[in-house]
This record gives sequence, structure tokens and C-alpha cells, in this order.
Amino acid sequence: MKPQVAFFDFTSCEGCQLNKLNFENDLLDILKHVDIVEFREAMDDKADHYDIAFIEGSITSPSCVERIHDIRRRSDILVALGSCAVNGGVNAMKNLHPIDEVRETVYGDDKYLFATLPAMAVSSVVKVDYEVRGCPMTQQDFLKLLLALVMGKQPPKYGSPVCVECKLKENECLYNRGMVCLGPITRGGCDAVCPSFGQFCTGCRGILDNPNIDGMLEVMTSHGISLDEAKKRMQLYNSNEVQL
Amino acid sequence: MSRDLDIKVHHLTRVEGHGNIVVNMKDGVLEKAHLSIVEPPRFFEAMMKGRSFHEAAIITSRICGICSLGHQLTSLVATEDALGLEISEQTVLLRKLLVHGATLQSNILHAYFLAAPDFLNVGSVFPLIATHKDVVLRALRMKRLANDIADIVSGRAVHPITPVPGGFSRIPEKAELLEIKRRLLEEALPDGLETIETMKSLAGAIPQFERETEYISLKHPDEYALYEGDIFSSDSGATSVHNYLDVTNEFIVNHSTSKHAKYNRDSYFVGALARWNNNHAQLGEEALAAAEAMGLKPNCYNPYMNTIAQVVEAVHCILDSVRIIDRLMEIGLKNEKPNQNPTRYGRGIGSNEVPRGILFHDYTYDNKGNIIKANCIIPTGQNLANIDADMMKLVPEIINKTKEEITLNLEMLVRAYDPCISCSVHMLEVDFIE
Repeated sequence: MKPQVAFFDFTSCEGCQLNKLNFENDLLDILKHVDIVEFREAMDDKADHYDIAFIEGSITSPSCVERIHDIRRRSDILVALGSCAVNGGVNAMKNLHPIDEVRETVYGDDKYLFATLPAMAVSSVVKVDYEVRGCPMTQQDFLKLLLALVMGKQPPKYGSPVCVECKLKENECLYNRGMVCLGPITRGGCDAVCPSFGQFCTGCRGILDNPNIDGMLEVMTSHGISLDEAKKRMQLYNSNEVQL
Repeated sequence: MSRDLDIKVHHLTRVEGHGNIVVNMKDGVLEKAHLSIVEPPRFFEAMMKGRSFHEAAIITSRICGICSLGHQLTSLVATEDALGLEISEQTVLLRKLLVHGATLQSNILHAYFLAAPDFLNVGSVFPLIATHKDVVLRALRMKRLANDIADIVSGRAVHPITPVPGGFSRIPEKAELLEIKRRLLEEALPDGLETIETMKSLAGAIPQFERETEYISLKHPDEYALYEGDIFSSDSGATSVHNYLDVTNEFIVNHSTSKHAKYNRDSYFVGALARWNNNHAQLGEEALAAAEAMGLKPNCYNPYMNTIAQVVEAVHCILDSVRIIDRLMEIGLKNEKPNQNPTRYGRGIGSNEVPRGILFHDYTYDNKGNIIKANCIIPTGQNLANIDADMMKLVPEIINKTKEEITLNLEMLVRAYDPCISCSVHMLEVDFIE
């Protein structure tokens, strides 16, 4: 029997899901190997048990917590898709401000009416078996993982920084072009897509396991931005990981 | 007639984001008919505080994956307005090409994958792979080309890379654009004409329902407005985008985590049908012929026809993209650097037509180029009051149908608006009372 696969979205932009609907060339082939039993953005059906549950988005409210526990109980394998699910992503920027201030900015006088939690990674709440990083996750990365799971193999892991992939592509270093880039401390696997298109790395795949944060801050500040701005840049996608 | 009716559709499928349909009728009196928005809030307004102008578009494009290009471009226009950054004709043309690619991709995705299954009485596009394989393959081909435009010009379709304040971080190659032009003419145009035939064959399944309302879109003197123009209301005419707050008048309702909007009436319509009603005369003859073939007339007051208006726009986007590429070749592609030297710091407004309607971003910057205040007003939020008003008129008209048929009609109505709920709930939550 084909694996029963489901997709769920929590607090996110749903761009990672959309990237799956954008599998124009491969969609029909993928469907030969898995049964999609739940995918609210694309279909009506619902199911009780999942061989693989793919989770997009951060956990940001008590109802999210309940729902992710329910999905975990009914899933054999649970995969976090994209930076919101893997480490909180951009949602976690709100965690940098006092929660009272955040609520007041948005709700004004009604700030105490609503149940709100700090934006959390899925793994802060339930066990996550695998992850696909990035904002958005790339189709290739997702396909590699799906293929490995369908074949019962271990998916690839990325331990080297974006810089390595950027050098292999023989890109001119963006620091030489007056930009400030997080490539040296950001987990690779994206094929250095942003620097290859002339844009600085934002750190969307998360910080490496043993980053030299002080060294990175020194490089950034020596290229014309303040320490405060350098820290903010580093926290754009990694507010939950980088405590400064 | 006196009838009790209680409909609750929890987490409506085949729309972007989380919404519920709630209808309550007691003894023949319709007490409630609305779309509840239950998406968790994300607090973008709070996240944006203190962020550099280099980051603003990167962050706001993450409001929504489906609409990421729209948010990115509108964000850039707002930042450029606030910081006094002039942009070149080449930048404007490349952005317009991106808008066409994004509109084509989004409209085709909605018409084929999200709306068409209703017309064919199935729950998703997947069963259609077996029964209508050529149609599905055609839809995938058109989406692929639209996404290829995005990949080549902006780096990727979801969360584009190259559009930055003042221009582009990378300019596409001439050969890449010419290949896109070839595929537009040789693949997309015939596929677009076939799409018209497919939609014609499904037109019988489109519910007959009319409710005249206020239609709001951009309007431009020289073109079918998507990237730039003034705000135009079918009731009161044109006003500058800088007056957008006078138009949107957001207000809070207790059944939605997204704010509602109203201008001259209690609700207004934004999106493809509003653009069609306000600007159809500026479409080319092929798009107008497509509209006529599919039974879309000016002015159209049937919200279900929004999907048809989207297909008409798909034809327009294909042909206008060719015109834009020709113009880029005429002026000659230059490897220009983005202009990122602010000439002032202050408040700026950006507005574009994104697939779901008119979008506004409003930023205020301090003198270091960091954001003090941000506000984004989203098409789906602007449509919510109008969707509720449609439901209140529709339910009594179809009350003799079965509950299942009424539910389907309501689901199709909401889907026709192609709502994007993640977008609309980017910042605000209010209590949800059943």
C-alpha cells in the first residue's frame, strides 16, 4: 500500500504548501508513490491516521498546541516543513519584544482579550522526526526527503554553511559588493540561491550547530552596520536560536 | 416560508487560510450568515518595528506565500515613496512582467484547482487527473510558465529574491526573456484559448445570483491597471492612493480575526471582477473576445463570475507580457544597480492590484531608515463585509434547496472571491462568538 500522507498548516504564510502545488512537472509522478489523504488548501477529504504528517507553520496559540498534539498522536512520522515550523522563523521576531507591548501594538485597549503564546518551533511542543528547512522550503529539498522516506532511507543532512555552496558556484562575495550577508553562519542546502541572485543571505535555514557568533558580528560591523543592526539581521529568522 | 437552518462549515477547504461558514435561520428569519475568520494572528505590525528598509519587503512578503510577490512589490513601492528613491523604466517594466506572471499563476491556480472541482462535482483537482488529464496537464503547463517568469525575473515564485528597494539585485538575461516570449506565444496563448473553451463548458454550473455593490480597484489612464494608478470607486470615482485610509475605513466585527472595510456603502468588492467592471475598456481585443465567449459582460454583478474575470485577465497577462518583453528589448537591457540612496525619510504609501484585489502598504521611517510604523490593508479583508452581504441576500433566494445544496452554494461563493485568509489576518485578532 502507498504511504498515507497529509499536510497541515499552522501559523505561517502557507508558502511551503504552495510550493508543493507548484510541482507542475512532478506532481503526477509523486502521486504514483503516495496517497495524499489530507491537504486542506487543495482538497476536501479528511483522514484518521497518517503514515507521514507534514507540518507547516509555528505554534502560536493554545489551540495550535492542542491541534499539534492530536496530529502527533495519529501520525507515524512527523516532519516540520519550512522555517516557521523548524525554529519559529519570522514569527519569532515578536518574541524579541515584551509580549504586552506586542499585544498593545496590535490590539490597543483590548490587549488582554486574546490567548497568545510566543511563536514556537513545532519541536518545542511535540517530537519532530525530520525537518525541511528554508523560507520557503525548496521543492528539491522536499522531494529528497519524501523520496528517502518512501524508500525507507535516511534523508540528507546539511552541516556546512551557505558560504561553501556560494563559493562552489564561484559567486563574487557580497561583502566585496558592500552588502552584509549571513552566509558564513547559516546552514546550507539551498544552493546559495539568494547570493546567486545578488541578494544577501537572511539566515532562513537556521544557524549552524557551532556558529562563531562574535566573529560574525565583528565581520558585519566592520562592513558598515551598527552592532544593533547586525544583531537584528541575525535574528530575522533566528530569534529563538540566537540569544544576543 | 418558515424554516430552521443551521450550517457550520469548519475550516473551509480549497481556500488559503482558515475560515468557517456560519448560517443560522430560525422560523424563516435569517439571523446570521457570514464567513468567520479563525486564522491565528501573526503580529506583523509589531515585528516590523525597528526593521531596516532593506528588510521590510523580505518580512512583509512572508505575510502570505500565495501573494508573496504582491506584498513584496507593494512594500517596495511604499518604501521608495517614503525614502524618495527613483526607479528606472527598466525596473518598472520588469516589475510589471512579474505582476503578470503572478496574476497568471494565481488566477489559473484558482480557476482550475480551487474553483473548477465544484463545477465538476468533485472534492479536489486530484480525481480530475484520471477523468480530465489533458485539462489538468494544460493547467500545470500554464502555471509552470507563469512560475518560470517569476523564477527568471525574481529568483523564485514563492518569496521572490531579486526585487529590492530601488530596483533589482539581478537583471535577467536577454536570452531568458526571449525564451519566455516564445513560450508565451507558442504554449501559453493556445492553452489560454483552450481554457476559455473549458470554462465555457463549465459555465452552466455557475450559480445565477446578482447583488450590485461598490467596485474598487486601481485605475490608470494608459493601461489596464495592475501595477500603478489611482484608487477608483464605481460609486465615487478616482482618488490618490495617499488617501487610502478614507477608502478602506477598517472596522472590527466579532466573527472575524480580520478587520472588515467599507467606503461609500456598507461593503465593497475588490478583485478581478472589480477590475473588470472598472477597467474592461482598456483590455485588448483577445481578452474582450474571451470575456464575451464566456458570458462575462460589463457590468457584471454576479460574484461567482469573479473566476471568469480571472480567466479573462490570464489572457490579458499572457499577451501584455509579450508587449513588455518587446519594450525591454527595444530599450535594451542594462545591468543597472538598485538605487538605494534615500533622499528623504518619512511616510510612504504603496498600492498594487494583486490577484485578489487592491493592496496597500503604509510605512513610516525614522532618519536612519528604520521602520517606526507599518500598516498593510489586504484585499481579502476588504472583501469580507461584501461576502457576508452576499450571503445574507443569497440564502433567502435559495432557501428551497437542500441544506447540502445551500452549503455548496455558499462554499462556492466564498471560493469565487478566492479569499486569502493568511493575508487578511496578518495582525489582528478579535474574539470569536458563536
